Amino acid sequence: MNPETTPRTGFLTRSQLVGIALLALLIVVLLPLTLDIFRLNLVGKYLTYAFVAIGLVMCWGYGGILSLGQGIFFGLGGYCMAMFLKLEASSVENTKIQSTPGIPDFMDWNQLTALPWFWKPFASFPFTLVAVILVPTLFAFIIGTAMFRRRVGGVYFGIITQAIAAILTILIIGQQGYTGGINGITDLRTLHGWDIRTDHAKFILYFVNAALLFGVIGLCFLVRQSKLGRILVAMRDKEDRVRFSGYDVASFKIFVFAFAAALSAIGGAMFTLQVGFMSPSFVGIVPSVEMVIYTAVGGRLSILGAVYGTLLVNFAKTTFSESFPELWLLGLGGLFIAVVLAFPAGLAGIYDSHIAPRLAKWFSRKGRTPTPAMPVSTPAE
Amino acid sequence: MFDSYSISELGSIFVMQGFAGLILFSVYLLMALGLAIIFGQMGVINMAHGEFMILGAYVTYFTSQAFQHFLPALFPAYFFVAMALAFVASGTLGMIVEWGLIRHLYKRPLDTLLATWGLSLILQQVYRSVFGPREVGVELPAWMMGSLKLTDTIEVQINGLFVMTLTVIITAVVAVMMFRSRWGMQVRAVVLNRMMASAVGINTERVDRLTFGIGCGIAGVAGSAFTMIGSTGPTAGQLYIVDTFLVVVFGGAQSLIGTILSALSISQTQSTLEFFLSGSIAKVITLLGVVGILMLRPQGLFTLKVRR
Repeated sequence: MNPETTPRTGFLTRSQLVGIALLALLIVVLLPLTLDIFRLNLVGKYLTYAFVAIGLVMCWGYGGILSLGQGIFFGLGGYCMAMFLKLEASSVENTKIQSTPGIPDFMDWNQLTALPWFWKPFASFPFTLVAVILVPTLFAFIIGTAMFRRRVGGVYFGIITQAIAAILTILIIGQQGYTGGINGITDLRTLHGWDIRTDHAKFILYFVNAALLFGVIGLCFLVRQSKLGRILVAMRDKEDRVRFSGYDVASFKIFVFAFAAALSAIGGAMFTLQVGFMSPSFVGIVPSVEMVIYTAVGGRLSILGAVYGTLLVNFAKTTFSESFPELWLLGLGGLFIAVVLAFPAGLAGIYDSHIAPRLAKWFSRKGRTPTPAMPVSTPAE
Repeated sequence: MFDSYSISELGSIFVMQGFAGLILFSVYLLMALGLAIIFGQMGVINMAHGEFMILGAYVTYFTSQAFQHFLPALFPAYFFVAMALAFVASGTLGMIVEWGLIRHLYKRPLDTLLATWGLSLILQQVYRSVFGPREVGVELPAWMMGSLKLTDTIEVQINGLFVMTLTVIITAVVAVMMFRSRWGMQVRAVVLNRMMASAVGINTERVDRLTFGIGCGIAGVAGSAFTMIGSTGPTAGQLYIVDTFLVVVFGGAQSLIGTILSALSISQTQSTLEFFLSGSIAKVITLLGVVGILMLRPQGLFTLKVRR
């Protein structure tokens, strides 16, 4: 894992390439071949959370900024996409029975007679695609600028992001006529006339999602390997020293926070497309913290680990809550505590310290043991 | 928004909403006090604080049931017994949690947040399995029911008054403990410089455990008081936890006065706005205000000057 000790091919080391290839084998070949479309769609849904988890690896693992409000950006991205799909689903022919045809059904139920101004641009697909990324990123930029310029960090930042997640949830639930309230935006049908509810569409969307995921993974490796990534790590470990060296710490923090937000937003938009609705239950505090646990389980320092962590926790969640609903929360809570107390580096840490040395012994001609990727004794403050 | 009310009506509205705000203030303050001790003094982020409060509420509920069945004659006084029991129960659980979980994480404050979040999920599920998912409410003794009529348009509930009195007393006790007792001195010493505190002979581990226990115990008492004005369910604690953290952060984490004033300003703003706007918008505006002010003044309203 350490760039200096393993041979490089392009910007990735050989072990990183193998790791990505194995993950690709699992996601693109093995899972689609073995699962039926219902289960595959579920996996696709989990993988949208993986975008958030990868964002958190960048932001929390490397940047040292624990955001407890990633649901905000996941939700904003998802809502932007949902607004476009909803407008398409509520064409005049589809909504003839309403008192005002041509507006989404929940607006009609709430006695709105015209489309609110901020819904109007979402009739255009290019605008929506831009908004999916831009709205959450701008929002993160504003939050980040306000906080990091004033050197708010650590715990305070976590609590404030949590408060913002709470505010947004209350706002979405309260403004039922504009947002669909607690039910969210439901009954989404087509994307440019292409029915997203069919099995075939779900199959295709799964692969679109997977392709985007690997694009994001590549981008993250690129950022991590660059000078930028090194400054992020330096900043996490000794913020003052980086500042004294002449770097503008706040800008780097704002960048990585907005970057993580953009990734979460892609996840949110793909979630809406694959699952067919968006609701405030993916915005608030509970889902946001749950997304942090995906990252923590996978390993907060491992980009690929975050994907495995997300898949594992969600598989466990589905299995447990299908068969023992009572036990699920106990299991999740126990997982939080176990990961924090016993495995601060998560699955990736277990892999690095227990499995990788053995693999190296089996495969390596030189018999060299790889050094652990990062010092795990000093996680983010 | 003031057009449709006359001046005297407006006055009454402000007084009544102010009173409702004072009840909210009491709940916030009681919860925030425990949190201010744990977060402000120890730097531990206890996301399970709401669950400690709910434990206190359940203890109160069962005490009231027990008194009703076995000691109906003493029922009017059950609350005081319940409060003591709630303090002991939450405090004991707090000390166990500190021993089993928190003490391993003092160097990693963000990780205490994740671990205690896990703890809160476990406690919620335990409450749900043991006490049932339904919300329970206690029966108030007769002397706590009804309301005092101050003028024709203004009346205040006795249980609200009682909770407020209780809050004042507990706040005073905490203040005396923090600033006048030996324990308080030790806590403050450990906060300022753990190494030196330990060098002059303070058993920092014991102080930590006791501090965490007392913080949780106060949450239990808060839960006890909470039963006077609302019902208790397994997830009720989670509703308050973010608000409470904002109260503590807004006030300045290490300052007791700050905690009191921020609880007062937040609850008063919220309850006054609630009358004129819908509840959710009132809450949004209040929280936005708090977040906005925190962005301008990240250290909170009041800060002790500590060397970092």
